[in-house]
Amino acid sequence: MAELHHPAELRYTKTDEWVRREGDIAYLGITDYAQDQLGDIVNLEVAWDEAGTGTVRRERAFGNIDSVKASSELVSPISGTIIAFNDVLQTAPETINTDPYGTGWILSVRLTDPAEVDALLSGEEYLAYLRERDH
Amino acid sequence: MNDSPSLARTPLYDEHLRLGARMVPFSGWEMPVHYSSIVEEHRAVRQAAGLFDVSHMGEFMVTGPGALDYLEGLVPNAVGRLEPGQALYSQICLPDGGTLDDLLIYRRSASDADPSYMVVVNAGTRPKDWAWFEDHLPTDGSVTLRDLSAATALIAIQGPQALAILATLTTAPLMDITYYHAVEGSVANIPCLISRTGYTGEDGFELYHAAEAAPQLWRAFLAAGAPAGLLPAGLGARDTLRLEAGYCLYDHELTEAISPLEADLGWSVRLKKGHDFIGRAALWQQKDAGIARRRIGLVLRQRAVPRAGMAILAPDAGEAQATDTIIGTLTSGTLSITLNQPIAMGYVPPQFAVPGTMLAVDVRGRSVPAEVVTLPFYKRPATNA
Repeated sequence: MAELHHPAELRYTKTDEWVRREGDIAYLGITDYAQDQLGDIVNLEVAWDEAGTGTVRRERAFGNIDSVKASSELVSPISGTIIAFNDVLQTAPETINTDPYGTGWILSVRLTDPAEVDALLSGEEYLAYLRERDH
Repeated sequence: MNDSPSLARTPLYDEHLRLGARMVPFSGWEMPVHYSSIVEEHRAVRQAAGLFDVSHMGEFMVTGPGALDYLEGLVPNAVGRLEPGQALYSQICLPDGGTLDDLLIYRRSASDADPSYMVVVNAGTRPKDWAWFEDHLPTDGSVTLRDLSAATALIAIQGPQALAILATLTTAPLMDITYYHAVEGSVANIPCLISRTGYTGEDGFELYHAAEAAPQLWRAFLAAGAPAGLLPAGLGARDTLRLEAGYCLYDHELTEAISPLEADLGWSVRLKKGHDFIGRAALWQQKDAGIARRRIGLVLRQRAVPRAGMAILAPDAGEAQATDTIIGTLTSGTLSITLNQPIAMGYVPPQFAVPGTMLAVDVRGRSVPAEVVTLPFYKRPATNA
């Protein structure tokens, strides 16, 4: 997994999601390791109401991601109110394979408690966790 | 993850690693699920060609004067109709009609006095198949059974360019090999049984050869096929391709609890072949009384990814989805790469199996409308070949 990419400025979970905090807003997605394990991503289902009433809660599932070969739950690293679901993924879910930390972000969320982000894993901690998990 | 000592490896294991394959456990074997990506490999097979290592399949040789009689008693299809070099698809049935395995039988010898057949079985079922074949050997010594699985490698080349690529490596008369026939020939200087068969819905060939020659043959194909767009393809693409082509996969569409008649394989079941076989009485009864369920193809009408194990629902007369009743289960499903729509196979009672019937699939609590369609989902464009 040495060739996989885990930017130091992000925070990570043991369920392979990442969070980028910008003030009290957070972007979240799945990690390079997760997209590599899933392979070709073909569909995302995110449970939110486009009227803007959607919320996510820390360590709770907020949707599902399918690749050709597998289906996986999406688990939120943080709690908050959904601002947007990344529209690009409706028509081009494979964007997550090519750019998991950039244009492949999944949700933007207004954080309930920004301190939740600080409690997540650093890039180094996440990498160490992956090495341990794969053995 | 890649060092489970209990998993078997094919003679091409090192080639897969060299090509950067993602290796996974499959039926007790460590096999490549993909090299580049399933989507890319799937498209290569539909548009150009793909190269598959299927050496995990098992090969049994059945020889001796009693060979034909023995095989006729084990499988529902008519082995006696085979010409030398011809292959047929069949199953091994249990006495109750359930399917122990599905298989290919090649007639190898032209001599009726000294017949020989090669039986090709699935990897995961090979141990129980072998036990079944041994247990049913005649006691008079008229049949000899040999397991050639370890000594035999199998490489498949599939796709519209398969014939042209293979033609650069052999002088065998490929155009004369019709579907489900095989000839012996040298490919890249390696003696092979060249069989016009496959599991992808495309034209193509499967090459049986000695295990030690497999890396040389594999490399020769990759080199010869690269200009035409040949890619090595893993089990992931093999599964999505066979599903589009409507083929059964053992342990999914076929199990010991499912008969070939239920699986809509009646074309391969010869109840009147003039030879009794294990399961025949049960299959006759199913045919007379009517089967309780039938394999169907479904196309989902909303974007979702169907998976094996999901429930098939029959919408009740009203539109209230809460009252949908479960009438069956999916055995395979995927988002079709070629058709870009969700496709699935599964079993339902026959009254729901009529093409055009609107059913639904329970995708994690969501009732997704699905239409029963005629299989296969994908049929390759007709050619003049």
